[in-house]
Amino acid sequence: MSDDREIQLEAEKQGVFLTTMQRFYNWGRRSSVWPLSFGLACCAIEMMATGLARFDLARFGAEMFRASPRQADLMIVAGTVTKKMAPQVVRLYNQMPEPRYVISMGACATSGGPFRDGYNVLRGIDLLLPVDVYIPGCPPRPEALLHALMTLQAQIDNQRLNRVRWYGRREARDFPVPTFGKQGLEIDGQLIDPVGGLPLVSPYTSPLHGEERSGTIEHPELARQFPIMDETVELETPYKAAGIAPEIAINDLKRPESEVDHAQG
Amino acid sequence: MPRVNAAELKERLAHDLPGVLAETRTRTPADTGHAPGDGKTARPRRGEHTPVDLLATDDAVIHADRIPEVARYVRDVLGYELLSNITAVDYLADGVIELVYHFFHLGGGAELVIKVRVPRDAAVVPTLTAEWPGADLQEREAFDLYGVLFPGHPNLTRIYMWDEFEGWPMRKDYPKQGDKYFGDAEE
Repeated sequence: MSDDREIQLEAEKQGVFLTTMQRFYNWGRRSSVWPLSFGLACCAIEMMATGLARFDLARFGAEMFRASPRQADLMIVAGTVTKKMAPQVVRLYNQMPEPRYVISMGACATSGGPFRDGYNVLRGIDLLLPVDVYIPGCPPRPEALLHALMTLQAQIDNQRLNRVRWYGRREARDFPVPTFGKQGLEIDGQLIDPVGGLPLVSPYTSPLHGEERSGTIEHPELARQFPIMDETVELETPYKAAGIAPEIAINDLKRPESEVDHAQG
Repeated sequence: MPRVNAAELKERLAHDLPGVLAETRTRTPADTGHAPGDGKTARPRRGEHTPVDLLATDDAVIHADRIPEVARYVRDVLGYELLSNITAVDYLADGVIELVYHFFHLGGGAELVIKVRVPRDAAVVPTLTAEWPGADLQEREAFDLYGVLFPGHPNLTRIYMWDEFEGWPMRKDYPKQGDKYFGDAEE
């Protein structure tokens, strides 16, 4: 493979342009990645800045933010995915033509971020979609998004035509769209992301690794049982749920005296 | 149009609408001769603190069933033009849910604060949508997250959470969420 590439580069110096089908496909694919134009939270502001003159996403051929999923190749999940928004995000992804890529931008889209312990935020978009590139940061700077795009381009460069599933004969598959349940998001009637606890499903692997559920569930040592899911449980301890926190019970939300920094006074 | 502060409001309400003000503890001691914090009163040393009385307030606290009347008074007599905010506060230890209404003049000036207190297990407050249409969404929010009922509201459904959801997630006795607290139970 590397020999091919060196011969190729050498021939180009001589004015002869040779290529392989694979390299040609990947070159075309990587050079015009059109993102879907949608943002969910403050990361979208950084995404817009990336697209404009100062950071100039056009250098990478990805400046065409499309308003329709039918015309987009790349979904940049830019921001907090609330449980109420998650079905629409999955539906948009299902409507994109293959090959399609996903960048999970920022802490919220990757894991829920600072809202992870809340009642309304999806704990990572990879529970519902296969993600190609994750970007850390809150929010990530435009340079980070550019780096993610370059990483994605490198991944596309390494695609093997006979290995990548969307060049094969199989049909595009829809990812299951979650529905709203009494206690969180459900797929096929099964609770997947309960309001009171950790996700009950494992995240998807990246397309390079098959877009299947990875099978690794967070904190498997814990009983997958959360008080909010069981109406009969008397709420006692943190994950048998406390009734009244002691600082609330004594009507004092200040720090205890032992923690107060006396050096100031 | 008059801009009134909390003390003036209470005075005017007591005069014009007798019986709407509910009894409440105040934060500032009444008539000690000098303002608090001027050095003459004994203040606790740094690091010491007495338990905070969360329900003590200087704002006007209204009986829940009289709130539409007071809202009309604020609009028609005092001339306030904007109902900016309806917030619910859950005082779990006291068994009280408090609704805080903020009124503004569009021309500027300080807000006018009115509070209503209802028991947590029977949180029912008459709606203000007839007098203040802007109360519509705010009351739906208080219903959605705190479970306060507003009889007379034209469309009291969930606004942030999905319709199928069960529970009032911003109430303080809602179970702790997520994995941050895992491990606490062993201690």
